Amino acid sequence: MPLDWNSFNEGDALPELKKAPGVTELVKYSAGGGDFNPLHHDFNFPQSKMIGSIIIHGRFKYASLGELVSNWLDHGGRIRLLSCQYRGMDLPGNEITLGGTVKRKWEEGGEKLAEVELHATNAEGKNTTPGSAIVVFA
Amino acid sequence: MAEKIDITDEMRAVIGVESAPWIYEVTTTSVRAFARGVGYTDPVYFDVEAAQAAGYRSLPCPPTYLGTAVFIPGKSSDTFSGPLGSGPSLKMDLPNLLDGGTETEYFEDICAGDTLTVTSKTADLTVREGRSTGQMLIVTSEMTCTNQDGKVVAKQRAQALFY
Repeated sequence: MPLDWNSFNEGDALPELKKAPGVTELVKYSAGGGDFNPLHHDFNFPQSKMIGSIIIHGRFKYASLGELVSNWLDHGGRIRLLSCQYRGMDLPGNEITLGGTVKRKWEEGGEKLAEVELHATNAEGKNTTPGSAIVVFA
Repeated sequence: MAEKIDITDEMRAVIGVESAPWIYEVTTTSVRAFARGVGYTDPVYFDVEAAQAAGYRSLPCPPTYLGTAVFIPGKSSDTFSGPLGSGPSLKMDLPNLLDGGTETEYFEDICAGDTLTVTSKTADLTVREGRSTGQMLIVTSEMTCTNQDGKVVAKQRAQALFY
């Protein structure tokens, strides 16, 4: 059901999204997103060898935070701003938990808005990809 | 690994210089490929009827997807698929690249059938000490996406880390 602005409050958590993308999922993301940096599929690439593994695309995590927000909105609102920072690498096969919390709800210039804090947490509990979103409701 | 990175006047000269425009296409197939790559199950990103029932003209771009750059061998990056000479092209002799962060601002819906004209520029250059990488050159770039009606539909700022 499309999300209604009146149906949530500051402090509410967004429904979590868990993923453990393997090499195949990274290849699918490369094909869809057009990023063929070997760091995301070739274990023999020098930078992969230096790191000890291929790594999940930062942009895959960014897009997954977008998916988390999109699933929550269910097209009841639109994303105005979506940002994140890549603070730590995530490796294929390792589970990432994507989540968020409503930080602020307000009305401005006839628009109903909300700001959401976002995170992608690894198995050790470290937030590798902090982010935020501003969403607007008609 | 670079001992010390100097930002030369030549490098600084590119800051703020807008690239030539390049076409990015948004098609039903490209939206599905991206949505599939991210792992969506929401039919709105796959089924045109579901998208229209949800109030869109056609399949909407999932968040962070801003179309697929037209690929032309010799003019496009084999690695990143965008036009050569835009984005993080200030590579110097730093072989390694990591993504630092991304911010996208949306002004309008972007749907399958839209054609975006995209320009990009280097917005800033800084040097930072990485935890395990030594000095890193941080290139902040900004791309502007304008649709077929001349409306700016999105702007994206990204940080690339070279070391």
